[in-house]
Amino acid sequence: MIARPGAGNRRVVAGLALLALLFSLVSFGPLVSPWGWDDTDFAAFRQGPSATHWLGTTQSGRDVFALTLRGARKSLLIGVFVAVISTGLAAVVGTAAGYAGGRVDRILMRGVDLLLVLPPLLIVVVLAPRISGGVPVLVALLAAFMWMVTARMVRAMTVSLREREYVLAARFLGVSAPRVIVRHVLPQLASLLAVDASLNVSVAIIAESGLSYLGLGVRPPDVSLGTLIADGHGAAAVRPWPFGFAAGLLVLIVLAVNLLGDGLRDVLDPTGDGR
Amino acid sequence: MAALLLRRLARHLVLAVLATSLAYLLAAVALDPRAGYEGRAPRPPEAVIDARLSALNLNDRTPLADRYRTWAAGVLRGDFGRTWDGDPVNAELWRRLGVSLRLVLPGAVLGCVLGVLLGAHAAARRGRTADRLITLGSCVLLAVPVFVLAMLLQIAATKANQIMGVRVFVWVGESTPGASSWPDRARHLVLPTAAIALAQLAVYCRYQRGMMLDVLHADFVRTARAKGLRRRSALLRHGLRTALIPMTTYIAYASGFLILGGVFAEKIFGRHGLGEWLVDSITRGDVNAVAAIECVAVCGVLLAGLVSDVLHGVLDPRVRGAA
Amino acid sequence: MLRATDLTVRYAPDVRAVQGVSFTVGAGEVLGIVGESGSGKTALALAVMGLLPESARVAGSVRLRGEELLGRSETELSRVRGKELSMVFQDPSSALTPVHTVGDQIAETVRIHSGASRAAARARAVELLDLVGIPGAARRAHAYPHEFSGGMRQRVMIAMAIANAPAAIIADEPATGLDVTVQAQVLDVLRTARETTGAAIVLITHDLGVVSGFADRVMVMRAGRAVESGPVEQVYLSPATPYTSVLLRSIPRIGERRVPPSRPKRPVVLEVDGLVRHHPLHKGTLLLRRRAGTVRAVDGIGFDVREGETLALVGESGCGKTTALMEILRLSRPQGGRVSVFGQDTSALCASDRKALRRDVQVVFQNPYSSLNPRMRVENILAEPLTTHGVPAARARGRARELMELVGLEPDHARRYPHGLSGGQIQRVGIARALALEPRLVLLDEPVAALDVSVQADVMALLKGLRKRLGMAYLFVAHDLAVVHSLADRVAVMYSGRIVEIGPVARVYGVPAHPYTRALLDAVPLADPRLERRRRRVLLRGDPPDPASWPGGCRFRSRCPRYTTLTAVEGALCEEHDPESRPVPSGERPVPSGEDVDRLVACHHPLAEAEGGR
Repeated sequence: MIARPGAGNRRVVAGLALLALLFSLVSFGPLVSPWGWDDTDFAAFRQGPSATHWLGTTQSGRDVFALTLRGARKSLLIGVFVAVISTGLAAVVGTAAGYAGGRVDRILMRGVDLLLVLPPLLIVVVLAPRISGGVPVLVALLAAFMWMVTARMVRAMTVSLREREYVLAARFLGVSAPRVIVRHVLPQLASLLAVDASLNVSVAIIAESGLSYLGLGVRPPDVSLGTLIADGHGAAAVRPWPFGFAAGLLVLIVLAVNLLGDGLRDVLDPTGDGR
Repeated sequence: MAALLLRRLARHLVLAVLATSLAYLLAAVALDPRAGYEGRAPRPPEAVIDARLSALNLNDRTPLADRYRTWAAGVLRGDFGRTWDGDPVNAELWRRLGVSLRLVLPGAVLGCVLGVLLGAHAAARRGRTADRLITLGSCVLLAVPVFVLAMLLQIAATKANQIMGVRVFVWVGESTPGASSWPDRARHLVLPTAAIALAQLAVYCRYQRGMMLDVLHADFVRTARAKGLRRRSALLRHGLRTALIPMTTYIAYASGFLILGGVFAEKIFGRHGLGEWLVDSITRGDVNAVAAIECVAVCGVLLAGLVSDVLHGVLDPRVRGAA
Repeated sequence: MLRATDLTVRYAPDVRAVQGVSFTVGAGEVLGIVGESGSGKTALALAVMGLLPESARVAGSVRLRGEELLGRSETELSRVRGKELSMVFQDPSSALTPVHTVGDQIAETVRIHSGASRAAARARAVELLDLVGIPGAARRAHAYPHEFSGGMRQRVMIAMAIANAPAAIIADEPATGLDVTVQAQVLDVLRTARETTGAAIVLITHDLGVVSGFADRVMVMRAGRAVESGPVEQVYLSPATPYTSVLLRSIPRIGERRVPPSRPKRPVVLEVDGLVRHHPLHKGTLLLRRRAGTVRAVDGIGFDVREGETLALVGESGCGKTTALMEILRLSRPQGGRVSVFGQDTSALCASDRKALRRDVQVVFQNPYSSLNPRMRVENILAEPLTTHGVPAARARGRARELMELVGLEPDHARRYPHGLSGGQIQRVGIARALALEPRLVLLDEPVAALDVSVQADVMALLKGLRKRLGMAYLFVAHDLAVVHSLADRVAVMYSGRIVEIGPVARVYGVPAHPYTRALLDAVPLADPRLERRRRRVLLRGDPPDPASWPGGCRFRSRCPRYTTLTAVEGALCEEHDPESRPVPSGERPVPSGEDVDRLVACHHPLAEAEGGR
C-alpha cells in the first residue's frame, strides 16, 4: 500500500487550526462583546443584526452573539469532559478485562453487552430530568453511557497484545502485571485512545445538544447550543440569525473534532501507512 | 445456519430479559408519577392518589420488588400495563410503533444501500475527483447532527414552497387530514426520509470506503487480476463481497443511532410516534409507558443484531462453517 | 519464451527496487531467481505481470513469445494474464478469495479466457484439482479456501495458474511458510505442472535448497541487481561472485558429525515428565463461540536437559513444540505431568520463588519485530530485566552496554528504537535481554527462522560462542533440521503432541529409527544440485495432522510410509496401540546398555539399522 502520510497530517492541522479558532472565539468573544450573555436589552426585542447587537436579539431581548458563544463554550466543555472520562473508563475496563482474561473478562464483557443493548441515550433521557445538579451530573451521565464500544476495542487489542512476544518476554522476566500493563500495553493503546477520545468529543457534543434540544439536558436560564437551536428553530424561516449561528457553530465544532480524530487515526495507526 | 440462529436467539432472549428489567427498574426509580397528581388543582386527598397509583402499579410506596413482579407478570402475558391516565399501554404502543416505523424505515434502507454503493465507488476511484467529492460530502454530513439536518431541510423546503408559490413539500403529520391517499402519504414522507437517509448514508459511506480500501490491495484481488480479470471486475467480483462482511456487524451498531434519529425526526416533522410519546411520558412520570418503549427499543436493537448475524452468515462462508 | 531485458522498477524517483535485470526462459525450462529479503525479486515478478501499484514506474522490456508486454493497456494485459502468463503467489492463505469456493475460482479462470459454459468450466476445474493431487476433487471443488490446509491451498493456486495451459508461469516463493514435508509435495506438483503444460517456469525463492533440485538455471539477485546467473551446477559448485559463495556457505547443512562417546554425567537443569497441555477448541468468531472439541497440543512428553547441553525440539507446525516451551516458561503447575527446573518442582513454587527462578530461566523469541517493545529504546529494553530484579538503574545501564558488546552490537545502537535496527540486530538485542540476568538455562523459540540465510549464520555462530563462554544449557525449538544439526547436541522429534524419537543429533540423523524422522530428513532440500538430483526419497503423503482429532492407535499411521508395507498382523498393532517410547533396538553392533538408553523411539516397527543408513 502506498502511504499518503500528507493526507492525515493535513487533516490534523486543519482540525487543530479550526479548533483553536473556535476556542479563541468562545473565550475571547465574550470579552469584546458589548453585552453579557445574561443581559437583557429591554429596548430591543427580536432585532436583526446591528452595531449594538452584532447578531441581533432574541424575543426576550438577549444578545444572540453573547448567548451563542456562551452556549458553544458550554457544549465544548461538556464534550471534552465527557470524552476524557468515558475514554478513561473504557481504558480501565478494557485493559483489565483483556489482560486478566477468564472470569473477570467474562463478567465485565457481559455487563458491556447489556449496556450496549439498552440504547444508551434512551436511558439518559429517562434519568436526566430526575437528577438535579446541572452540568457536572449531565457530564457524568453522558460519560457513563458512552464508554462501552471503546472498552470492547481496548479489550480486543489488549488480548492480542498480551500474546505479543515482548509482553510475554516481560512476563517471563518476572515483571508484575500492573507494570506490564503500564509499560508495555498502554503505550501501544495510546493512539487508539487518543483517536477515540477526540471522536468521542463530537459524539458527546451531539448527544448533549440533542438532549438539550429535547429540553432534557442543560436547563434554562443556562444555555447550550441545543437549547439555542430549539429556540431559534421556530422562527428560522423568518429570522435565520439565532438558529443559523448556533447550528453553524455546532457543525463547525463537530467538523473540526472529526477532522482531528480522523487525521490522528491515519497518522498514528501503524497499519494505515506501514503496509 | 438454523442451529446457529437458534443459539443466538436464546442468548438474545436472556439479554432482552435482563435489559428490559433494567430499563423498568431505572424508569421506576427515576420517574415520579405522584407529582402529576399532587400538582392537580384541587389537590386530591392523599388516600385517593395512593389508591389510584396502586391500581396502575405506579405507587412509589409499594416496594420496588413488588411493583417489578407485578409488571413482569403482566409483560409475560403480553400486557404492558396501563398508562398514567389509565389507558392500556399496548394499544397505544402498537399504533405508535407503526407510525415510527413508517417514518424511519424507508430512510434507513435507502441510506444504507446508497451509502454502501457510494463508499465502494469512492474507494474504487481512490484519489480521483469523484472520491474527493464523496469523501468531502460525507465528512460534512457527518458533522451535521440529525436534528439540525432535519431542520435545515425543513427550512429549505419552506423557502422552496414560498418561491414556487405552491406547497410542493409538506411534512406535518403522516397525511393531509381528510385526504389520505398513497401519493399524499408519500409526499409527506419525502423530507423525513431524506433527512434520515442522508444521516445514515454519510456513516455507511465512510465505513464502506474504509473497508473497500482495505481489500483494494488485498492479495486475492491481485490474484484475480493475475487470472485475467480487469481491475474493475476483480474489485467487483472479489473485493466488494469481502468488504461487505465487516459492514454487517455495523448494522447492529447503527440501529441505536436510527432509534435516536427517529425521536428527533418525529419531533421535527410532527409525528405522533414512539419518540414523542417517550418524551411526553417522561415528563409525566409515566413509568409503564416508558418501560414499554424501552422494551421495544431493546428488541429493535437485538433484532438488528440478528439481521446482521444472518447477513454475516450469508456473506461469509467461514462463519457458516461454524454452525 | 519469456524474455526480460534491462528491466528497472522505481517506486519513488529515488527508490529503485529493480535495476537493469535481464533474463530469458525457454519453454519447459525452469529459471530460479534467488535473493534475500529486499533484493527486489518480488517487484521483478510483479513488473513482468504488470501488477505493480500504479505509483511504480517500469522501464525496459518484457517479451512473451516475442510480443512486448510493457506499456500495454490494462485491457490488453488482462487478455494475456491468466492465459499466456500466470502467477503463483506466496501466501496461499490470503491469495484466494475467502468468499468463493475454490471450484468457482478455478472455473472463473477458465471462463474468462475461453468463454466455456459454466458446466464445462466446472468440469475442467475438477479435472485440474485432481491433477494437482487434491483427493476427492469433485467434492472438494465445493469447499471454501478456509477449509483447506496451507499446502492444499497452494495446490489450488497452482491449478489456477495452469488452467489455460500458459506459456510461462511465475511462482513467487510458492513453498515458503509451509512445512518441509508439504514443501516437497508442492514442488512435486509444480514439476507435474511443468510436464503437463510444457510452460516456462520462473521460480522465485530465498531458499537455495529449493532451487537446486528443480531449476535448470539460476539467477542470484542482490539489492535490485542480478549479481550472477548461469546453469545451476555451475553457480552452486563454482560461484563466480563472492556474494554467491557467501550465500552458499551460510546455508546450514546436514553433514557428517562425530558421534559423541557418551552423554556427559552432568547435573540435570531441566526435567520434563509426562507434560500435558490441552486447549478447549472454540469454533466461530468472538460472538458465536462455542466449544467444539479439545486440541491436544502437548500430550505427554518427557525429556531432560543437562548443564551446558543443547536439546532441540523439532517438528512441523502444530506439533506442539512451541506450546511445550511456553508451558515450561510459565513455571507453574502444568495440566498434567511434572516440570522441574534445577531440581525444583514448578508446581510447588510460591510467587517469590518463581520470580527468583526466572533469573535463571530466560527466553529468546522467533519474530524479531514483535519480540521487542517498539516504543522502548534498546538500552531500556536491556535494563528492564535488571531493574525488575532489583539492580539499581545506574548499574543496569552499565550492564546494558556490556551486554551489547557481548552480542556484537555497536554502542550507538543503545539509543535507538527497534524499528531502526535490522532483523539480525534485533535478534541480537533479544539474545542480550535473555542473557542480562546470567541465566543457566535459555529457551529459544525458532531463534533464526525469520532471518535471511547470511544473517542466520551469524546469529547461530553467536549462540554457539555464547554457550561456550557462559556454559548455559539451551532448549530450543526449530522446524529446520539443518539448523538443529549445527546447533544441538541432542534432538527430540515431535509429532502431534508427542516425542516420537529422541537421541544424540549425530545418531538420530545418521540412523533415524522412526519413519517420521526419516521422512523429515528426506524432505530437506539440499543445496547441492548433484546430490539433490541423485537422492531417492520417500515423500510423505497428506498434511500434518489436525491436533483436534485423531483415531486411536499410532498417530502417524495415516501418513506412515512403513505402515503401508506391513502385514495385517503387524499393522494391527499400529491401529490398536499408541506406541510407547522405548530404547532403540540396535541390531548391528552390541552396545552397552548404558549408552543408548538416551536414545528412545516411539514406534511399534522402528526402522532397522541397515535400512535406515544413508
